[in-house]
Amino acid sequence: MLQGWVIVAASFAYLGLLFAIAYFADKRADAGRSVIASPYIYSLSLAVYATAWTFYGSVGRAAADGVGFLPIYIGPTLMVALWWVVMRKILRISKRNRITSLADFIASRYGKSALLGGVVTVIAVIGILPYISLQLKAISSSFTLLLQYPDIVMPATLGKVPLLQDTALWVALILAVFTILFGTRHLDAAEHHEGMVAAIAFESLFKLVAFLAVGIWVSWGLFNGFGDIFTRAAAHPELEPMLSPLNGMAGSYASWTWLTVLSMLAIMFLPRQFQVAVIENKDEAHLKKAIWLFPLYMLAINIFVLPIAFGGRLAFPTAGVDADTFVLALPMAQKQELLALVVFIGGLSAATGMVIVETIALSTMVCNDLLMPVLLRMRSLRLNERKDLTGLLLGIRRGAILVLLLLGFVYFRLAGEAYALVSTGLISFAAVAQFAPIALGGIFWKGGTRRGALAGLIAGFAVWFYTLLLPAFARSGWFPLDLLEHGPFGIELLRPLALLGVTGLDQITHAMFWSMWANIGTYVLASLLFAPSADEHRQASLFVDVFKHPSEPGGARFWRGTASGPELHSLLARFLGAGGAEAALREHARTRAAGWSHEAGADAELVHFVEKQLAGVIGAASARIMVASVVKEEAMTLDEVRALLDEASQIIMYSHRLEQKSQELERTSAELRAANERLTELDKLKDDFVSTVSHELRTPLTSIRAFSEILHDNPRLPDADRARFLGIIVKETARLTRLIHQVLDASRLESGRTEWNESLVDLRTVIEDTIAANAQLFSEREVRLEARLPERVPPVTADLDRIVQVIVNLLSNAVKFVEPRRGRVEVSLTEEGEYLRVDVRDNGQGISEKDQHVIFDKYRQAGDTLTGKPQGSGLGLHISRQIIEHFGGRMWVSSRPGEGACFSFTLPIRASSYARAA
Amino acid sequence: MGGRILIADDEPNIVASLEFLLQSKDYETCVARDGAEALELVERFQPDLLLLDVMMPLVNGFEVCRAIRGNPAHEGVKIVMLSARGRDAERAQGLALGADAYVTKPFSTQELLAKVGELLPGL
Repeated sequence: MLQGWVIVAASFAYLGLLFAIAYFADKRADAGRSVIASPYIYSLSLAVYATAWTFYGSVGRAAADGVGFLPIYIGPTLMVALWWVVMRKILRISKRNRITSLADFIASRYGKSALLGGVVTVIAVIGILPYISLQLKAISSSFTLLLQYPDIVMPATLGKVPLLQDTALWVALILAVFTILFGTRHLDAAEHHEGMVAAIAFESLFKLVAFLAVGIWVSWGLFNGFGDIFTRAAAHPELEPMLSPLNGMAGSYASWTWLTVLSMLAIMFLPRQFQVAVIENKDEAHLKKAIWLFPLYMLAINIFVLPIAFGGRLAFPTAGVDADTFVLALPMAQKQELLALVVFIGGLSAATGMVIVETIALSTMVCNDLLMPVLLRMRSLRLNERKDLTGLLLGIRRGAILVLLLLGFVYFRLAGEAYALVSTGLISFAAVAQFAPIALGGIFWKGGTRRGALAGLIAGFAVWFYTLLLPAFARSGWFPLDLLEHGPFGIELLRPLALLGVTGLDQITHAMFWSMWANIGTYVLASLLFAPSADEHRQASLFVDVFKHPSEPGGARFWRGTASGPELHSLLARFLGAGGAEAALREHARTRAAGWSHEAGADAELVHFVEKQLAGVIGAASARIMVASVVKEEAMTLDEVRALLDEASQIIMYSHRLEQKSQELERTSAELRAANERLTELDKLKDDFVSTVSHELRTPLTSIRAFSEILHDNPRLPDADRARFLGIIVKETARLTRLIHQVLDASRLESGRTEWNESLVDLRTVIEDTIAANAQLFSEREVRLEARLPERVPPVTADLDRIVQVIVNLLSNAVKFVEPRRGRVEVSLTEEGEYLRVDVRDNGQGISEKDQHVIFDKYRQAGDTLTGKPQGSGLGLHISRQIIEHFGGRMWVSSRPGEGACFSFTLPIRASSYARAA
Repeated sequence: MGGRILIADDEPNIVASLEFLLQSKDYETCVARDGAEALELVERFQPDLLLLDVMMPLVNGFEVCRAIRGNPAHEGVKIVMLSARGRDAERAQGLALGADAYVTKPFSTQELLAKVGELLPGL
């Protein structure tokens, strides 16, 4: 079934389907219901990265050196991970400035320089031509190969065919017509090609399905799965070394690194990638899904590369079949006609996708950044007087597409056979990599200038041309090979493949190394040497600080001059058509809530709006020229632009600071509120304390006063009474003194004014002495006091008097809370690790859980102060705990109501003396 | 002179001074050491006047006062509150609960006796 007409019919049917999809998507877009506003379509359209090179070439490369094809797909995967930082910024800038192409982007950044835009365009065209020719070659050779079915004859062996019988020529022409229909049906102000994007997304899907189909068939139809293929490959003397990467066959570390970097840059700066990723993007948020979906696609389309490559090598043991054709030749050899046809269409879709997007992107660049600026400056053409230029613009673009494809064909005719698919693609990658320094530098470095960009770009391109393209020409016989071997004029240091004597690198690595040095070095140096103009300074700031200017479109504030409304209107009409211009201006007037009339004067805002609209059609540089021709602009000096920018950034900074201040205020007021609450609480505690202390002072004072007055008023009291009353006065006076002492003590501890007399203290002795001194207190109340003390304990560092104070406090508390006669208090001393522990246990009524939490607190006492009469000032335990904690110990109580209480404290054993004691 | 006075206070020395003072003026006294005992003795001792300390264990002076004033049987009992807490709010609270006088500790013995004499004139 694989006769020539079947193949041709299938191809045209496929192209027809594509066109139908595009037509449908365009209609939907016109109706305002976009089909491409989806992160999935966006991700699929990004896969235009995978061309015929991927479809046929990866297998070719893998068959030659194993996993060497991988860097080309690792690079994009790495780069896409950085997109949220890099691509989001480019997207934001491009949308705000209505960027129409990569050349437009770069030209806009460097002061809307028409010259720079033109240089970028020329380099892009020269750099991409080999790549386009590669696609033509792939289509024509796969077609030729399929045509020989059932024989498998390599196209190269068929010899040169006459020009008019060359399939590639017809492919080029058909694709040109097809692309013109696709991309230039009408002139869109925003340069969105929704139909094209929808068709490209479909192509990405189709080529993936086709490649997976052949991969699955080879793996499980031809062989018994991956395991089978790899086992056989491992047994094959030539294939076995390929299974381990980086062994010399798959390339050195240097070439892996450079290939990865190269493809990282290619995914950003190939004109077609910039077209689908930036120009055709509908929504910044689509990036989020693309960041993982696109790498997933890369993974899927690479899974079967090695199995097919090894399968091909195993199935065609002789060198007769070119590895670049394995994908197609394998099903042909096995008489899988349908699969072969699907594969052919898959390859066709990979190639056409690339050609369509690439030529549309390039034609926009050629039109807007190369031809229009020149034509507009040529007064003899009187373009200024033409009423409608849309026809001219479309004509230029269509012509450009045709010329580009024909040039691609010419390159194919002349140089096409010298290189494999992959090498040709890499030459193009290296060319577009030259845009990376000035594009990335442009969005992150305000210091980059127009002259720096021009110099860097030209230097990098020159090295690229000399080290990559010239050798390709030489191999095609345009130059004597002598140039490669001995250098120009016999100067060995200038050999294109070993510049300055650098050898040992492969050609791409060598070219990238030198061209990037030349490019970046010149760019940075020239940027630093030449001061930027006012325009450049303004654009640099708008690009680099795009995220800092939240909604400010930026341009209008930098324009000053006089313009007339009707003239601007007719200018816009020439590029958008009368209806389009009218609609745009009405929309503009509406957003500014102003009426629109033809007679109205023009302000900076309107001039800026018109320029932006024009930029969307003919690029920033051309738009600037056009607007300048109808308005009188007063030049702004660099200082004025700087002042305006400073003002803007000051306002931003100021509002940022205001925000910070208000946050600070909020924080401070919250802190104040908390502090206030704390103060209120402290105030209440202080009140309670004063009230408690005053109560405690008043109580003994009451007895003292009453008995003093009694003694005073009754001079004839019996001696016994007099003695008893005086005894009470003495005792109550002592109580008062103790109390005052405690209050002062607590306040000294609190303010840190206490003096400590530290010495080595033997706790055992201290306890024994204290018990002896207080024995009378216990015997008076008939309370039993027992001590359990070890023979000897290591000393602690503390203030002897203070420790005595603590133990007395605990003992007197205990004796107060037990019943006379039945009461029992036990003191014990134990060694616990690095601490000594003292427990004072009583069999009193115990302390409630609630009170256990507060009895150590300052100003607090056990029991409700209204119902339960507190014993003492309530400061004793507070003071004791402060003392213990001062010496690094801990104090706590454990008790169950009704079962007595146990007050405990610990003190740390001095490390050195502990060692001695042990 | 004469009359029955119940002293309710938990400070033994203050109680001692009050007992001595009142007995020297021929009042018959009885002592309660906490609020609960005070309420019990109001029933049994049937005092004409109650010297009531505010801060006592178990049931405080305010509660005792409220209970007595809530019982019509003890309508005639005069109540003098004694407190070491001299704040105006507490004085007002005591008087609002129906105390006849509120005396702040430390008190003047002469003034206290005068106040008691004033409240028990016919006896």
